[in-house]
Amino acid sequence: MLGARGLRARLPARPAAALPGITVAWALAAGAFVVLATLLGLALGPVGFGAGRVAREVLSHVPFLGVDSPFTQTEDAILWDLRAPRVALGLLVGAMLASAGAAYQGVFRNPLADPYLLGAAAGAGLGATLVIVYDIGDPVGIDLRPVAAFAGAIGGVGIAYALGRSLGGVRTTATLILAGVTVTCFLTAVQTFVQQRNTETVQEVYSWILGRLETSGWQDVLIALPYAALSAAVLLWHRRLLDVLAVGDEEASSLGVPVARVRLLVVAAATLATATAVAFSGLIAFVGIIVPHAVRLLAGTSYRIVLPLSLAVGAGFLVLTDLICRTAIAPAELPIGVVTAFLGAPFFAVVLRTTRTVGP
Amino acid sequence: MPHRLTALAGATLVALGLAACGGEGSDPASTGAASVPSESVPAAAFPVTVEGDNGSLVVDRAPARIVSLSSTATESLFAIGAGDQVIAVDDQSNYPAEAPVTDLSGFQPNVEAIAGYEPDLVVAAYDPGGLVKGLEKVGIPVLVQDAAKDLDGAYAQIETLGAATGHVEEAGDVTDGMRAEIDELVASAPDAAEGLTVYHELGTDLFSATSATFIGSIYERLGLENIADEAKKAGTGYPQLSAEYVVSSNPSLIVLADTKCCGQSAATVAKRPGWKQIDAVADGNVVEADDDVTSRWGPRTVDFVALVVEALEGVGSR
Repeated sequence: MLGARGLRARLPARPAAALPGITVAWALAAGAFVVLATLLGLALGPVGFGAGRVAREVLSHVPFLGVDSPFTQTEDAILWDLRAPRVALGLLVGAMLASAGAAYQGVFRNPLADPYLLGAAAGAGLGATLVIVYDIGDPVGIDLRPVAAFAGAIGGVGIAYALGRSLGGVRTTATLILAGVTVTCFLTAVQTFVQQRNTETVQEVYSWILGRLETSGWQDVLIALPYAALSAAVLLWHRRLLDVLAVGDEEASSLGVPVARVRLLVVAAATLATATAVAFSGLIAFVGIIVPHAVRLLAGTSYRIVLPLSLAVGAGFLVLTDLICRTAIAPAELPIGVVTAFLGAPFFAVVLRTTRTVGP
Repeated sequence: MPHRLTALAGATLVALGLAACGGEGSDPASTGAASVPSESVPAAAFPVTVEGDNGSLVVDRAPARIVSLSSTATESLFAIGAGDQVIAVDDQSNYPAEAPVTDLSGFQPNVEAIAGYEPDLVVAAYDPGGLVKGLEKVGIPVLVQDAAKDLDGAYAQIETLGAATGHVEEAGDVTDGMRAEIDELVASAPDAAEGLTVYHELGTDLFSATSATFIGSIYERLGLENIADEAKKAGTGYPQLSAEYVVSSNPSLIVLADTKCCGQSAATVAKRPGWKQIDAVADGNVVEADDDVTSRWGPRTVDFVALVVEALEGVGSR
């Protein structure tokens, strides 16, 4: 097996390596964006604490500072049990969706590829719908929606991959994408059928599909964290190979890149990320397309730039989007999938207009 | 297949029959009650004009083949003694037990399937488009009764059903009884309950109901303050609330209308992060209501009011 590091040493200096890598300025800007989004996410919400009081409360948890918490027990619970885990989940989900989108675009050399391309969304939707409609898990008091959505997403992509493979298409991306479209159509049809046969749960299913960062506390964050870390590590590890894939399968093969295996690994890691995101937040549209493209247009097209920056910008973007969901019509909430598309589309149009270059 | 054919033929016959009678109900007197002898239905004044949310409707004679696509109307029809005239109800009408449940859907009504029952009156809570028009095309009168806004609206609907089915008196008895019982329950609610806050939960995704809804009007009637009313900007009677808002508004009473759909209970609510800070949870004032009763506006509303008043006694005596 040829490791990425070994390959890197043997790669010729064109064309991928000719692309500039990430600059310090961009890395700092992305880091600052994430920190700023996190602070805003913690400071603001339907319950107004005042930014100064939140700051004092946060500092009171830093040892040796001697700052007293200004919070009541209820306020403490709201900030640390409800708001903070939601911000943390937003960071994770945003990072996973954006990096998975970037990876899919690279591996399929298709600017329209998104994390749901190979049937992850349809499979997750079907899994969650089945659990909601047939009350699976309710009798024992366990919420099986995340598990079912996760399994559905993995299953959907698995079927698409197997189908594409059986058609001899792992080496050509078009066959794999068509297999994904086929699986998506089929699973969506089954999901819609089940949903319409059980109209009493339509509201619940619909609300899940529109996406929402669940607020079931730190437990979700802790469960999602290892999956997020693993997928991010695999994707970042392959950032240079994705640059090589950009020149085409034939050329990449001739450079010694095991195209099929790289594609499988990247798709698997991106699917793991997508499935985890979907499990905890439902279907959040557009993040996986907008964020990587915005990064490409602004900072550069090498995957050494696109992957790490998408990870960071996606994280910050989703926290800010969720902030809008929580505050725009507070104390009511907006579904996050609606807000990502509503804000993302015009923002993306502006970026497109100002840069006028596009490509994975 | 033979069943389907019979159904189609039946629908056609109904249409032809009505056409022969002059159609459109333009001369209702000529198609008076005498043409349909019925033992179970009292000889009320037919034809009768009733008001539905789809406009006024002329019922030529006492209906003997009612199809109900509204679970609320099903409960009301049986309560006013019109149950014998009901031949089919939709898949959500699970009360009372003797209601003739079919797989007809009230949310996605299939006009052909409904016409196949050869109904002489269809009652629905909702027209997704095409239901009323489609059935009227084959000469079947439809009475649409949208969700009531408050108790008076609910009483009016029951009385309308009474008029449309020839059970005016029984319907009056039912609404009088409901009025009296609810008035008594409201009067018996502890004075300390006045101004207490309530959170009504429709699902684990924290959808709630404001005072602009039927269920909300009941809390209003009991003098409770509904925390969902703050969510005016949502522009709906059923806003989705933020968890942190629910916790910070610290309701004195929580009513769970998601016990059946989502397996929620006082125990599951107490396990939610941050929720044990809420007075209602800490003091055990979490009411586990029946999803069906709380989402309908029929005669069983009295049971719901009783449940809430009972819970308020606990809160008030604290």
